Amino acid sequence: MTPQMDARLSELLRAALDGDQAAYANFLREIAGLVRATIGRRVGSSSGLDPEDIVQETLLAIHLKRHTWRADSPLGPWVHAIARYKIVDAFRRHGRAVSVDIDDFSDQLASEEQRTVSERDLERALECLTSGQRDVVSAISLEGKSITETATRLGMKETAVRVALHRGLAAIAQRFGGGG
Amino acid sequence: MRTDDLIKAIAADTGRKEAPIGRTWLLCVTAGFMLAALVFSVLLGPRPDFQAVLSTIRFPLKFLLVAILLASTIPLVQALARPGARPPMWAALAAPTAVVIAVLVELSVLPREAWVSSWIGTNLWVCLTYIPLIGLGPLAIMIAALRKGAPTRPVLTGAMAGVVAGGVAAMFYAAHCTDDSPLFVAAWYSIAIGILAGVGALAGRYALRW
Repeated sequence: MTPQMDARLSELLRAALDGDQAAYANFLREIAGLVRATIGRRVGSSSGLDPEDIVQETLLAIHLKRHTWRADSPLGPWVHAIARYKIVDAFRRHGRAVSVDIDDFSDQLASEEQRTVSERDLERALECLTSGQRDVVSAISLEGKSITETATRLGMKETAVRVALHRGLAAIAQRFGGGG
Repeated sequence: MRTDDLIKAIAADTGRKEAPIGRTWLLCVTAGFMLAALVFSVLLGPRPDFQAVLSTIRFPLKFLLVAILLASTIPLVQALARPGARPPMWAALAAPTAVVIAVLVELSVLPREAWVSSWIGTNLWVCLTYIPLIGLGPLAIMIAALRKGAPTRPVLTGAMAGVVAGGVAAMFYAAHCTDDSPLFVAAWYSIAIGILAGVGALAGRYALRW
């Protein structure tokens, strides 16, 4: 990651931590591209691992652990350490110890999500959720509704929608098998 | 779920924010100290001649060694809980180095006949029982704090948390124990703290993955 890129992404994440959802979405898309490029080269099609799973796992980890980033420290090493941990973890769960030697994101171009992997089964990600969480998560993610719209549609309070969304995301992260 | 859809859901989840992990960790270390103080005062209490021995050399030295251990390992664990923070692992050598120096000096000033009795002391089993016992509560609090963090080396992080908990316990236990020789401290405090490090490593393996 170049210093300029680090600065730009740090700026986005700082805005996101202050509640800017658009900045957060941009940040996550850029990070997804970087992580996807890194993982794509490590995870072959024969490994039985779905690279896009690891991308999503990493995004969830970054989200749920965003309070471990210090706004005054560089972003690259932080993102890199989380991605690396998630890649090693995915391999470990598939019964293979690997020493993952990932260089920094420096010389890699971000890559797009492939159509084939995007046809993934929705149920697989959502099956671990309670029905209430599933309603909320799918309204916001698949239909692109806002918190307010979701609350109106489901007849819930906004705070309840927020709680269900947060717990739902934590449950999806758990499903990936990270344990505690 | 498509990654783009997941991103929409994540971006909408901006409501709850955890406290910075460094602050959580230091708060929980403080809470660990208070819990250790409570357990210590209920179970053991300071030795009766506490005031008098403060002016000796060996008694205060015990606290200095434990203080070095805590000062070097508390920031280390704090860094271990943050991804990409490059924890200064050499800091873990500060306390062992200080202990080795203390032992060498002790051996040079103590007559050879007194070596074994200073090493074995009279409180060996009390030490091996109470340091782990006093440290267990603080260790549980510290593991709970670290679960909020993101340690990329969970076993090592748990073990080092065990060392911090052991240091907290030793800080209080040292006020009770009448064996002040660095030979005793080097042998038995180390084993007692090592037991907590082992418990911490095990806890790290199961509780600190994320």
